[in-house]
Amino acid sequence: MAMAVIWTVMVGAAILCGLATGRADAVAAAALEGAGAGVELCLSMAGALCLWMGVMEVMRRGGLARGLSRLLRPVLGRLYPDFAREGEVMDAVSANVSANLLGLGNAATPLGLEAARRMARRSPGVASDSLCMLVVCNTASIQLIPATVASLRAAAGCQTPFDILPAVWLTSALSVTAGILAAKLLARVWR
Amino acid sequence: MELAMAMVVPGLMLGVSLWGLARKVDLWGALTDGAGEGLKVCVGIAPALICLLTAVYMLRASGALELLGEVLEPALTAVGIPPETVGLLLVRPVSGSAALGVGAELMAAYGPDSPVGRTAAVMLGSTETTFYTVAVYFGAAKIARTRYAIPAALCADLVGFLAAGWAVRLLFG
Repeated sequence: MAMAVIWTVMVGAAILCGLATGRADAVAAAALEGAGAGVELCLSMAGALCLWMGVMEVMRRGGLARGLSRLLRPVLGRLYPDFAREGEVMDAVSANVSANLLGLGNAATPLGLEAARRMARRSPGVASDSLCMLVVCNTASIQLIPATVASLRAAAGCQTPFDILPAVWLTSALSVTAGILAAKLLARVWR
Repeated sequence: MELAMAMVVPGLMLGVSLWGLARKVDLWGALTDGAGEGLKVCVGIAPALICLLTAVYMLRASGALELLGEVLEPALTAVGIPPETVGLLLVRPVSGSAALGVGAELMAAYGPDSPVGRTAAVMLGSTETTFYTVAVYFGAAKIARTRYAIPAALCADLVGFLAAGWAVRLLFG
């Protein structure tokens, strides 16, 4: 639904603006040009994306992902104190976080949803503090290697697509911290 | 430093492969299965990307984005975010593929190593599609009262955007 509104507003605004600035021809031509650019973009990203998903799959099957989970348990127990003693919930959350760290969005989502469903059993229909925290942590990106963005940069002709890594890590850390702080703070005042 | 950064990725590839071999993983099978998944992701995001790039191109051609950028420019400049990224800020929490499209456009227009291109890349790499995630999680858990989840998540996004502008200036001058 949200996308339908956004799409309509974008196209509508483009036409109105184009008419107002006398660029209506350019707007019409840009529509077809944009559609073609979408296909080109997908093709130019495909190689890097496939390579990385392949490497991630090796990490998962080699047990690196499970090792990460064990490593994360102490931290996650503090973020989700209500469920720290429930092994199944914490397993799912740990796996979700490690998949997020590895940038495996497709793997992270089903694991996170598993954790969310288990958390929701205690308070049906209402988001508990832990569930809010889980959602906030999943809306903030924590991936260590942003492969999609790097492939996008490479596709744009960048020679060193990974030189943004330190900036991404710094930004991710600040953003996740802000989300966690906001959630912890709001948990006290929002009933 | 630059050589080290350049070796992170190939090094990771080799390291993971050696680890996989040591753990007796079917290395080739895992690599190709994962690559197949990557292809599925590409096919999955292609329709949205094509439709949204159409709208983005139309908006760009019409001059509407420059107009919006001019309106928001003083505020964005004041907090250290390149005003050219305004379209990305607006679309990022709503659609991941649309944000990728806008980001790709910025990189093509300003260059991937320009401050604008780098800030856009950092923004893309350090934030998520907030509204999509919220919808999927609360939908799966059958939650009607979402309480403070959305405000807290948007707070993280906002700090992420601010930090992206700041981190690029800090690390790339």
